[in-house]
Amino acid sequence: MKHTLAVLVENRPGVLTHISGLISRRAFNIESIAAGYSEEADTTRITVQVEADELELEQVVNQLSKLVDVIKIVNLTDGDSIHRELALIKVKAKPETRSDIVDIVDIFRARVVDVNRETMVIELTGEQSKIDALCEVLKDHGIIEIVRTGLIALSRSPVPAKDI
Amino acid sequence: MRITGAQAIIESLKLEGVDIVFGYPGGAVLTLYDALYEAEFPHVLTRHEQGAVHAADGYARATGKVGVCIATSGPGATNLVTGIATAYMDSVPLVAITGQVGTSLIGRDSFQEADIRGITTPVTKHNYLVKKVQDLPRVLKEAFHIASTGRPGPVVVDVAKDIFAAMLDFQYPDTVQLRGYHPLFEGDSSILDLVVEEMQQAKKPLIFLGGGVNISNTVDQARELAGLTGFPIISSLMGLGAVPSDSPQNLGMVGMHGTYAANMATTECDLLLGIGVRFDDRVTGLLDEFVSKARIVHFDIDPAEINKNVRADIRVVGDLRWSLPALVEKIKAQRSVEWKGQVKDWFDTVKAWEKEQPLGYEPSAEVIMPQTVVEKVSELTQGNALIVTDVGQHQMWTAQFYKFAQGRSFITSGGLGTMGYGLPAAIGAKIGMPEKPVVLFSGDGGIMMNCQELATAANQGLPIKILIINNSVLGMVFQWQRLFYGQRYSHTSLQGNPDFVKLAEAMGVTGLRVTEPGQLDQVLKQALEIDGPVLVDIKVPNTEDVLPMVPNGARLDQMIMGGK
Repeated sequence: MKHTLAVLVENRPGVLTHISGLISRRAFNIESIAAGYSEEADTTRITVQVEADELELEQVVNQLSKLVDVIKIVNLTDGDSIHRELALIKVKAKPETRSDIVDIVDIFRARVVDVNRETMVIELTGEQSKIDALCEVLKDHGIIEIVRTGLIALSRSPVPAKDI
Repeated sequence: MRITGAQAIIESLKLEGVDIVFGYPGGAVLTLYDALYEAEFPHVLTRHEQGAVHAADGYARATGKVGVCIATSGPGATNLVTGIATAYMDSVPLVAITGQVGTSLIGRDSFQEADIRGITTPVTKHNYLVKKVQDLPRVLKEAFHIASTGRPGPVVVDVAKDIFAAMLDFQYPDTVQLRGYHPLFEGDSSILDLVVEEMQQAKKPLIFLGGGVNISNTVDQARELAGLTGFPIISSLMGLGAVPSDSPQNLGMVGMHGTYAANMATTECDLLLGIGVRFDDRVTGLLDEFVSKARIVHFDIDPAEINKNVRADIRVVGDLRWSLPALVEKIKAQRSVEWKGQVKDWFDTVKAWEKEQPLGYEPSAEVIMPQTVVEKVSELTQGNALIVTDVGQHQMWTAQFYKFAQGRSFITSGGLGTMGYGLPAAIGAKIGMPEKPVVLFSGDGGIMMNCQELATAANQGLPIKILIINNSVLGMVFQWQRLFYGQRYSHTSLQGNPDFVKLAEAMGVTGLRVTEPGQLDQVLKQALEIDGPVLVDIKVPNTEDVLPMVPNGARLDQMIMGGK
């Protein structure tokens, strides 16, 4: 099963190497990893999505926790939390197919962020399944490239992850 | 105090109570070596950086203090890697200070540049690259704290060359502030009530002692637990010495080359108390069938060890300095329980196994048997020596036949199994514990991997006793080829090795040789009596296997037996 972990780390050089190195040498199955600044200046928040059974998950959490720069790990899989990913999708778009694509974009509540004579770039934020679905539909028009941020997650609780 | 970065490192070492460092100079650490010179700081010059890191490791294992080594950038630093990995696998507290190329040259493939931080990330507890001189005191404070607390381990501090010369206002912090590092000392003591309950219900309990007992200096508490319960005891390679080898409760080492009684007891027990162990594959044999009949209680300081290899029914996470005394107190409070009576049948069973198939070998009047050498040294030193080994057959025979009496008396590369470890580790151990006799068992393979350190031993005038169990082959690999590869001895002959007596003499070490069983006793005595480093080349046959042996992937009770 897939689990989503919020990993709070010290914003120091080498911390991402330590985390990605540990994940690869312990052979954990990581589906996605997304890092960025958090509400604290010196803390980076990394969202890790991992495919693991219960025992494997325990190892992932315990091994990551051993890293000196890892401050806290919170499991956001089961709790009441919001999961999002952002995708930019570049599709082939000739004048005659543009309106079709715009219709699809509207249905998915996505946005067109760039248009030129041959292509359109679509931005979509949502759960992974929604992005997958949009990509699937746009295939017919010819996808040139896709970039996805990887999953990020936040609990709905008034308590921040760092205080849980 | 306004001083240079190099002087700040020396001051930090002094404040951390470091009394000696092991190292090898080079371009990037010239300024640091200049500061060592100026401060007359005690330093042991090894003949290879690998020697320095293993010596620091041997020093740390013998004393319990943090070992410190220094190397220059690039090849100097990469030569430390095997030693750092060795220390990491066996949880040895180590701080390795490496020079890095100058700040402006980092990342440009400069002369003698290697990303030692990146290289050592998988084998260190933590590591640093210092590019600002004002960070040095904090980084060193953290490095020593991280290396020595919780589950100990090696920390690398890589320092850019220009930082050694840069000036700073030196102030050493009193405390560390690490938001992500809080090693657990005291765990949940209510769990221990459950443990006592399990112990009361068990009919076939077994205590399994690991390296954690030696590392945490809880040998006395482990012995008290043993004494109160009367339960049979087994140990891992790293746990040897935690209880005396000749204690009637002690069945000896478990695992691939464990005793028959220890492996049978592990297979048949109904409660296993794993204390400071990590259930390495050399211990468990076929993992799926390891202690399949028992409930498992796992005591460890590292939460990540629980359920890593073996699923624990009860986990006691915390420092053994907390959990063992607390458990002992709870057991003492159970006055009504007659522990020894409860396990009498079980005790008789394990003792019968021990009697039925003791460790043994066929003694010989014609050739010197390697096991005899270990037994003789055991008699001569009476368990009072620090015993160091290299890796291979001689290491296992030492584990099997030496009668260990004390904790921290056996220094060996367990987890990584590093050939070449023994000689430099013995040097470090002797420097750490000068009043203790230090005996190194090595092989004719392992000694060659760091034989340059004979010069260090001679140069330092260290009276270590180097016993080479010389069978002219790479014994352990040879054994596997004999047993599992149809006697196709691919590249395991060491014909062409040097004359070890001459090698020793060339290096300034007294060299002795013994080929006849009748001379063994006298030559060993002579070696122990000579005041100075001695190497003894002991010729043994190459036909001996280390037995019992659990073949790779087999169950613990599926041992190849041997002996008489």
